[in-house]
Order: sequence, then C-alpha cells, then structure tokens
Amino acid sequence: MEKFEKVTGVVLPLDRSNVDTDSIIPKQFLKSIRRTGFGPNLFDAWRYLDQGEPDRDNSGRPLNPDFVLNDPRYREATILLARDNFGCGSSREHAVWALQDYGFRATIAPSFADIFYNNCFKNGILPIVLDTVVVDKLFGEVDASTGYALKIDLAAQTVATPTGETFEFDVDEFRRHCLLNGLDDISLTLQHADAIRAFEERHRGEAPWLFPNE
Amino acid sequence: MAGKTLYDKIWDAHVVHREPDGTILLYVDRHLLHEVTSAQAFEGLRVAGRSPWRIDTALAVPDHNVPTIDRARGISDPVSRVQVEALDRNCAEFGITEFSMNDIRQGIVHVIGPEQGATLPGMIVVCGDSHTSTHGAFGALAFGIGTSEVEHVLATQCLIQKKSGNMRVSIDGELGPGVTAKDMVLAIIGTIGVAGGTGQTFEFTGDAIRALSMEARMTVCNMSVEGGARAGLIAVDEKTVEYVCGRPLAPRGRLWDRALVAWGDLKSDDDAVFDKTVHIDAATIKPQVTWGTSPELVVPVDAQVPDPADEKDPVKREWMQRALQYMDLRPGVAITDIALDKVFIGSCTNARIEDLRAAAGVVRGRKVARNLKLALVVPGSGLIKQQAEDEGLDRVFKEAGFEWRDAGCSMCLGMNADHLQPGERCASTSNRNFEGRQGQGGRTHLVSPAMAAAAAIAGHFVDVRDLN
Ligand code: SF4
Repeated sequence: MEKFEKVTGVVLPLDRSNVDTDSIIPKQFLKSIRRTGFGPNLFDAWRYLDQGEPDRDNSGRPLNPDFVLNDPRYREATILLARDNFGCGSSREHAVWALQDYGFRATIAPSFADIFYNNCFKNGILPIVLDTVVVDKLFGEVDASTGYALKIDLAAQTVATPTGETFEFDVDEFRRHCLLNGLDDISLTLQHADAIRAFEERHRGEAPWLFPNE
Repeated sequence: MAGKTLYDKIWDAHVVHREPDGTILLYVDRHLLHEVTSAQAFEGLRVAGRSPWRIDTALAVPDHNVPTIDRARGISDPVSRVQVEALDRNCAEFGITEFSMNDIRQGIVHVIGPEQGATLPGMIVVCGDSHTSTHGAFGALAFGIGTSEVEHVLATQCLIQKKSGNMRVSIDGELGPGVTAKDMVLAIIGTIGVAGGTGQTFEFTGDAIRALSMEARMTVCNMSVEGGARAGLIAVDEKTVEYVCGRPLAPRGRLWDRALVAWGDLKSDDDAVFDKTVHIDAATIKPQVTWGTSPELVVPVDAQVPDPADEKDPVKREWMQRALQYMDLRPGVAITDIALDKVFIGSCTNARIEDLRAAAGVVRGRKVARNLKLALVVPGSGLIKQQAEDEGLDRVFKEAGFEWRDAGCSMCLGMNADHLQPGERCASTSNRNFEGRQGQGGRTHLVSPAMAAAAAIAGHFVDVRDLN
C-alpha cells in the first residue's frame, strides 16, 4: 500500500450530502475482476451525458459541463471535499478504487458511512472527519478562489488552508500507523498467528458446533 | 458493573488480540462470498502466495450477475459471465464450497445463509456485501466488509475492527393489519435518518419485534445498513431456534443440545446500557412508500410528496430538491396518484416464502394493470422457488400477468439483464432507491411485497389496507 505522510493538493468540492456508492461507481463497472482502471468511470452517471459501459473507451464520451469533476478549475484535484454521510450504501470497495485510480488521496466530510470509511484506509486514501461548520467554511473558500489547495499532515493530524489556518482531526492510532508506514494488514495480522491458533483452540472448546468438520 | 448488551457478548467472545488503542483482531465464524466482491481478494491471495486459513467457514454463491431466465443457456453478457466463472474457478482452486448457478440451492447470498443453517446464533458472519446485516436476525453479529477485508478473512480468519456503539431500536405495541416488517424498517429509517446509526450496532427490541416471524426479522435487519449501522441484531428466542433446527448445516445431536444451552444467553442483560435508544410505537406505522433517492425520503401511502420549502436545513432542502428532480415528482402530489411502469418483487429484503405468499395473497384472482410494462417476481433462492411452486404461488402470479423467474439479485441492482430503462418508474420490494440503482435514469419506490402487488394490480400506488 502507498504510504500517506503529507499531501498538498487542490480541493474538489462535491456539494451534496449522502453521496452513495452507486453514484461513486455505478454497478455495471463492478463486473470487472481487476482492482484498477475504475478512475475514468468515477461518478459516471453524473460526469457523462451518455450511459457508460465497462470495457468501453471513455475518451470520446460527451461530458456533463455542469458536473464539478469536469470543471477545469479542479482538474488537478487530489482532495475531495464532501458533505454528510459520504460513501453510504454498498460495501463495494470499487468506490474507493475509483477515487484512488482517479487520483484522490484524501476525502474530507463531516461524516462517512462506516464500511466506506474502512475501505479507504485499506487503499491508502485518508478519510478526514471535520466539523460541519469547518466543512461549510472550506466549501466557501474553495468556491471563492481558483487552485485552492489544502495541506494535510497525517503525523500531526492537521489540515492547513492556504492562509495557514489549521484544523486538527482524529484518526485511530492503529490506522494512522498503518497508513504512515504503508503497512499491509494481512502481514501484520499474520504476526499474531499463534494468538489466532490459541483463540481457535479455546473457541472450539466453548462452541464445538462451529467446528463441525474436525 | 453494568450488564452486557447482546452485541457486547458476541464481540467479547470473538476477541483474538487487542491493540493499545482498542483496535481488535476479531475472529470470524462464517464467511459468505459472492462473485462481485471476491475476485480481487482471491487474486490478492494468489499474488502473495497465501492460502486460506480455514475453508470450512466459507460458503460461496453467484447471485448478482446470474440471469433469471433461460439459465440452461448460460450467461450471455460476456462481462458477467467472466465474473461468475472467476468465482467458480476460485472456489475450485481454493477448495471452497459453492452453490453454482444451476444448483437448486443457489440464491441470494443473504437468503441462502439462513436457509442452509450456515448462519447460526452467536456467530460472527461476514460477507463482502453490506446487506450481511440480514443475518443479525439470528442473534449473529453480521456485517458487510470490503474486498480487502474479504482477502484478510480468507488469509487470517480474522478482521481488524473497532467496536461500535450500542443503539437500541425499540418497537413496542402491535402493527396494524396490512402493515409489515418492511413498513416498520422504512418507518425506522424515516425517523432516525440514513446516518442515524452511523458508528452504531442496532439491537431491535420490543413486542412488535418479538411478534415477527424469522423471515420478517430478516427484512428488518437487512435494512440496518440503510439506517447507517453496519449491523442490526435481534435476541435469540424460540422462533430463532425453531427456524434453525434441522437445517442442513445446523448442529445435530449432542452438539445441538450444547448449542441450545449457549444460545439461551444470546440476549442483552436487563441492566445493559445502550449509548442511544429510540422508541417507535408500532401502532402508528402505516404502509410506507419512498418518494426520493434515499430510503430516508419516505412517507406513508396516504400522504403527499413533501415540499422541500418546508425543510429548514439548507443541505437537506437541497438534497430533497435534487431527489424530486431526479424522480420527476412535484411537491403535494398524492402518493396514490403516482403511476408505475414496472413492479419488482424480489431481493434479499423481500424474496422469502412469506413475502411471496403475502404478494400472492393480494394478486390472487386479479390482473396486472394494462399500463405496466413488466411485473416481475424473483424468488430469493431455488429452494424458495420450488416451495412456492409446490404451494401453487407461481400459477397465481402467472395468471395475473407477472413473470415468474429464477433466483438471484435481479432487478434489485440490475447487474444482469433485468433493469429499468431511463425514466421508468418502479415499485420495488428491494432496499435501495439510489439514483440509477435499478438502471441508469430509472426511478425506484421502495415498498412491501403486499404494497408492490397491490400497485401492480392498480397500475399506481394504493393503500393495501383498502383492498379486500
Ligand atoms: S438482492 Fe440486492 S441488496 Fe441484496 S445482495 Fe443482491 S444486490 Fe445486494
């Protein structure tokens, strides 16, 4: 997994609440058995004027000029600013793969749906929860300027605006550690293989019907 | 010390390791798999040269991409076919039990888990699918995971988790005639909002929950995730035990006796403390119909489409306006004046035998309205289909003008050939009415099976309580 230490990037404001995973990556793209290549279909139904299909070249498709992703001001964006309950709906990790493949490294919102929030960390994307008032203020500032960029420092757990104003955010220590070091969860867990086996031994004693084949 | 909630009990019984910040390595007893969220996980195992930790906990089934018609001919969409074949191949390679497309036991993953006894009380059940919450009806802690976590469970039998809060959703009193579990859960989401349970695990309690059948309890737990919670639990009682008893994967003999003793404790202690509680009086719940693009945007069938102008919160107002525009509805229109193009009875929310019986009960001796282009019944599993046919329900539906199909997710999300065309309006017994969910540009209204059946007959929404 890619490490996340400091990221400075242009902010794309997606001013909608309850953005669901069906909107982030529509279902027809879930048929892929790869982890990459979802970026061109991120927000497909909002972004293009025609209907997208998997395995189709997206370069010639008509763009929806009213959708923020197509606004040239935000072409270089790597930070997504959103409203409440971002990523609600399904567990599809394809939603995070699409954000990542497009080039986003972080998302900021007043709240995220639980499974989506988890999936972000597994893919090197940092989901940052900031207070609604702060998010409101950021939307205002992004709108008022071009090339508005935020500076995110994971070690310090801060987001800094271009004027130097700084906001702190919370993140679980364990997740922060994994992201800062680009650690792979599975290898970390396998370091506890003995503990897992010991647990299984005990569990089998207490609930043998959960181990019917032994 | 305060007592424990049901959630606390199941959680504590599965803790393998604890990090200093409270991050937990949690043991998984049952891992359900389907074709959409597993291919990349198996690929990850292969690339890293890892093998599964314990294959006997895994059970796989293709459901999202399978055709519901002419199945003997295989899958015509090449992209869907590749995904289903990848599941077949991966299960064969890693030795995982799979009910393949033409197996009578095939069906929607959340329907077949309980049906086979693969879901047992007290288990931790996971699946790369958010509606894994369904299995919470059995007093099992069941929740959806992403594909990286699917790979993690395959490789280690564990998940890295943080504990969530405890939220009690208490439904007291009695549901009125014609009002179902689906209306109950839609009313709950309408009350608490789609983010009302974020960071929480629900426990559904109260006499109205106790009075529900296991099928109906699954409907309620299924939509926990629409209320923002990853999991929803219901305490084990005699109905749970009766449902599980004798299922193919349920314990037998001495193991059954031992399990029964353990399951007796699968309820919250009387002095357990919840972080949040909401109470809803069951008697106040009417049949529900969603009007927007989120399950929270719901009203009783006898109401009108609400006016965003009455909403004080600007973010919510904007959200409502956008939903109205997408749904092509105007404020003030009576719900019963909304005409439909299609009706879908199916999905992991409402495609069990009891749902089909309820819908057939409304349909019997009537005809689907002329303005409907399609009325579709898709049973939740091959076994449910067979049982319904034994009961003659297929004939009731077909005589009325419904199509009777093979089991799968079908038009719940339209990854197979069953979907809405742009602009089409559908009454659906599924769980999500997001933009494009049933087909790009399609408009979905969520309802109960009886309400969907009644709407198919009338051609527009009607209050099922007015039919007789
Ligand atoms: S029926 Fe619908 S909600 Fe249920 S698993 Fe299938 S696609 Fe998901």
